[in-house]
Amino acid sequence: MNFKKSLGVAGNSGGKIRSDCQVTIEPADSGGIVIDLKSKVKSMYGTDIIRQINEMLDFFGIANARVEMIDSGALSWVIAARIEAAIRQLGDTDKSWLPSPNPNGIKPTPIDQRRFSRLYLPGNSPSLMINAFLHKPDGLILDLEDSVAPEKKAEARILVRNALRVLDFGDSERMVRINQLPAGLSDLDFLIPQGVNLVLLPKCESAGQVLGITERIRDISLDKSLRNEVWIMPIIESAKGVVNAYEIASASPKVAALAIGLEDYTADLGVRRTEEATESFYARSVLVNACRAAGIQAIDSVFSDVDDMEGLGNTVKRSRAMGFDGMGCIHPRQIAVIHENFKPDTEEIEKAKKIVIAFMEAQKKGLGVVSLGSKMIDPPVVKRAQKTIAQAIELSLIEKNWYEMLPQ
Amino acid sequence: MKKYDKLVTNAAGRIVPEEINGQVAVPYQGIGKYKPDGHKFGQAISSCADYPADGNKLVPTLREALIKSGLKDGMVISTHHHFRDGDLLSNQIFDIARELGVKNLVWAPSASFPCHEYLIKYLEDGTINRIEGSMNGPLGRFTSEGKMAGLAVLRSHGGRYQAIQDGDLKIDITVIGAACCDSFGNANGLNGTSASGGLGFALADSQYASKVIVVTDHLVDFPCIPWQIQGNDVDYTVLVDKVGIPEKIVSGTTQITKSPDRLLLAELTARFCDVTGIIHEGFSFQAGAGGTALAVGDFFYKIMKEKGIKARFARGGSNLYLVKMLEEGYVDYILDGQTFDLFGVKSMAVNPNHVMTTPYTSYNYHGKGNFAGIVDVAILGATEIDVNFNGNVVTHSDGCLLHGIGGWQNCLFAKTVIMPIPLFRDRIPVIVDQVTTLCGPGELIDVIVTERGICINPLRTDLIEKVKDSDLPIVNINDLKQEAERVCGRPEKPKFADEVVAAVKWVDGTIIDSIWKLA
Repeated sequence: MNFKKSLGVAGNSGGKIRSDCQVTIEPADSGGIVIDLKSKVKSMYGTDIIRQINEMLDFFGIANARVEMIDSGALSWVIAARIEAAIRQLGDTDKSWLPSPNPNGIKPTPIDQRRFSRLYLPGNSPSLMINAFLHKPDGLILDLEDSVAPEKKAEARILVRNALRVLDFGDSERMVRINQLPAGLSDLDFLIPQGVNLVLLPKCESAGQVLGITERIRDISLDKSLRNEVWIMPIIESAKGVVNAYEIASASPKVAALAIGLEDYTADLGVRRTEEATESFYARSVLVNACRAAGIQAIDSVFSDVDDMEGLGNTVKRSRAMGFDGMGCIHPRQIAVIHENFKPDTEEIEKAKKIVIAFMEAQKKGLGVVSLGSKMIDPPVVKRAQKTIAQAIELSLIEKNWYEMLPQ
Repeated sequence: MKKYDKLVTNAAGRIVPEEINGQVAVPYQGIGKYKPDGHKFGQAISSCADYPADGNKLVPTLREALIKSGLKDGMVISTHHHFRDGDLLSNQIFDIARELGVKNLVWAPSASFPCHEYLIKYLEDGTINRIEGSMNGPLGRFTSEGKMAGLAVLRSHGGRYQAIQDGDLKIDITVIGAACCDSFGNANGLNGTSASGGLGFALADSQYASKVIVVTDHLVDFPCIPWQIQGNDVDYTVLVDKVGIPEKIVSGTTQITKSPDRLLLAELTARFCDVTGIIHEGFSFQAGAGGTALAVGDFFYKIMKEKGIKARFARGGSNLYLVKMLEEGYVDYILDGQTFDLFGVKSMAVNPNHVMTTPYTSYNYHGKGNFAGIVDVAILGATEIDVNFNGNVVTHSDGCLLHGIGGWQNCLFAKTVIMPIPLFRDRIPVIVDQVTTLCGPGELIDVIVTERGICINPLRTDLIEKVKDSDLPIVNINDLKQEAERVCGRPEKPKFADEVVAAVKWVDGTIIDSIWKLA
């Protein structure tokens, strides 16, 4: 390769950094590959790591270089991302070193997938990614936007690409938050081929932006013959975004939900964000309304105090009461609280059961009108009850065959 | 030159020395197999006529007390870890020994901590020949690198009592740091500004050592009550400005973890105990040091509170969480071998149901029974577990010695032993095909809880039966080992030189495994 720079440095080391490494590559004119490896797992994986460095440099056409690696127990796909990112700083390449994919493959998700919780994972911190799925959020977001420093954006993109290939996601939806447009468009080139269920589009203000990424995803999918659906969740984070909420929600059939980002929104308004959230009441109402009108999910902002579980619980209750279908989280401990408060309660389930039973009875009898006692039940109410029941089954709150088990 | 040439394969298939520092050593024979004959070790008869009639045994300095005790080359000097990383005495003792030009001492601490890295210079200059007890962190690395002159010996808390009682470890001088004592030598760790809790680890030393020195910074008039250490066993007392730093009792391993992954382990462990009925009215439990074990205790508390279940007793390491359970009536008694924080110290001082125990009552092999086996469930950690459920707590997978055994081996005799451990730490698998060092035989380790699944020892058919209809993620340990290798890669085995640097004792004094010098 042709070198534009004399030094490539990627990754993190020192202090409390774990499961990561810092790679420095300095091309030379002669002398072959000289490796200086400092690793806390050197006696166990030193030979492996040195082999990996040599293979990768050979793959990218580098024959002479000094390589320094400071490793705090990085997994091989992390090491690969760091080496590739350092090499890409040295010059242009059309090659990518892709680690072997996770044997569990990629599960498609429906547009109305349950999205109570979605956990943000900083896109340049591998130690937080490796076991994140164990905490069972509905979605895992590999974030390239706010959690990544500007000078780390390029290496994070490679790390997240590798993470999408290798990480265990369990039953969590595979989500990425790309950078603000236009930079976010080229993020998609790296990420979409590795299996993404949903793309979060930050600071969205217009339907045009949604169409832009819809097209880009379609082009990549055609080019790479990808078959899985990629849903879009625009994040409304400005006054203008709120004004255009319905237009954004209905811009493309790929839009599965709108989320609201209250840190930026309140900054845009020039007000302080409070726990009572009266300052954003209008915006959240507009968002929920726009989503219902467009037939998609409405997702609330994150709750930022990770130690205040009571405050989180109260916020989730209010959020659900307003019509939101889920919210973001920034710490695994928030997931259980969010699920506990978003799940349908016993009273709701019992009421939904009665409505669904009435509906089934009406169908059996060939009646067009569903009634419960003396009350007529409208179709949207039936639909909502069916959704509640489906959720209750999914969450193991009731048996799957609860209807068949009813006394005749 | 090799330190030891005579090696033998023991009943666990491990190669161990037949001789340790000139004494014949017995290879491990199996659980409960080794029963030595003869009589317990006895010290020389003393006469009270040789001691001050007014009971005042104060000498001005620790130096003078050591000289009066006859400190000389080759002696065994013991200390204790009631102040954990806040121990101020051990380093001073060897400063004094160095000043006096005494050589080839054996240091027999009940546990060592990072503060003892200071002693490396005395291991290097010949003041200390070897350590018998525990080698933590830098001392462990020093041992693993083959730099210790003598052969190091690792013993559990119970094993230390056993070795003192049967004469395997003959202590010449013991120095006991006590927060409070009288001039006669009655001492406790409960009162004064340096209160550290019970002094249980010093009991054997006080009864079996030739010379007993008690050092305090809080001298009270006779009688010092309670007398955890009896003045009748004490030769000299010393008053110093500061005996230890009790704030340092709370070292890294005594705070509840904040890591979401570790909390998940703790929650799974508690759920397992709930589903299997281990948590039942009147049960007993022991949670060791370590953030995860402490978190397990807190999850136990939540379950007990929700179901209105009370425990008969909890074994300490006492700490804030255990004290809370005692005060709220969720446990009747804390039987406490060691206080892990200042809440535990205070509780032991004021609450009669918070009782000090010693390795004699809880763990000792030469007692007529001990109560390790009465405990329903013990929650312990490990650096490695192998597919046969064998456990390692002293070395890491790179072969380096880094930890002592503590009470770990002794606690394995609980009715159910559960080890919540991560499947891998960074890139280092914790479930492996064979442990680097065998510290506990697989027959005694019942359940391994990892963040990616729970393994039950096939010997525990009763537990397997109890969880079969639950939603707990039960997996085969071989599958879990493969999962660890899928994520981390397959590590290379550590490379060792052909030289034993430390012997690991089993609870009965036999040698269960050797630590080998790093190549």
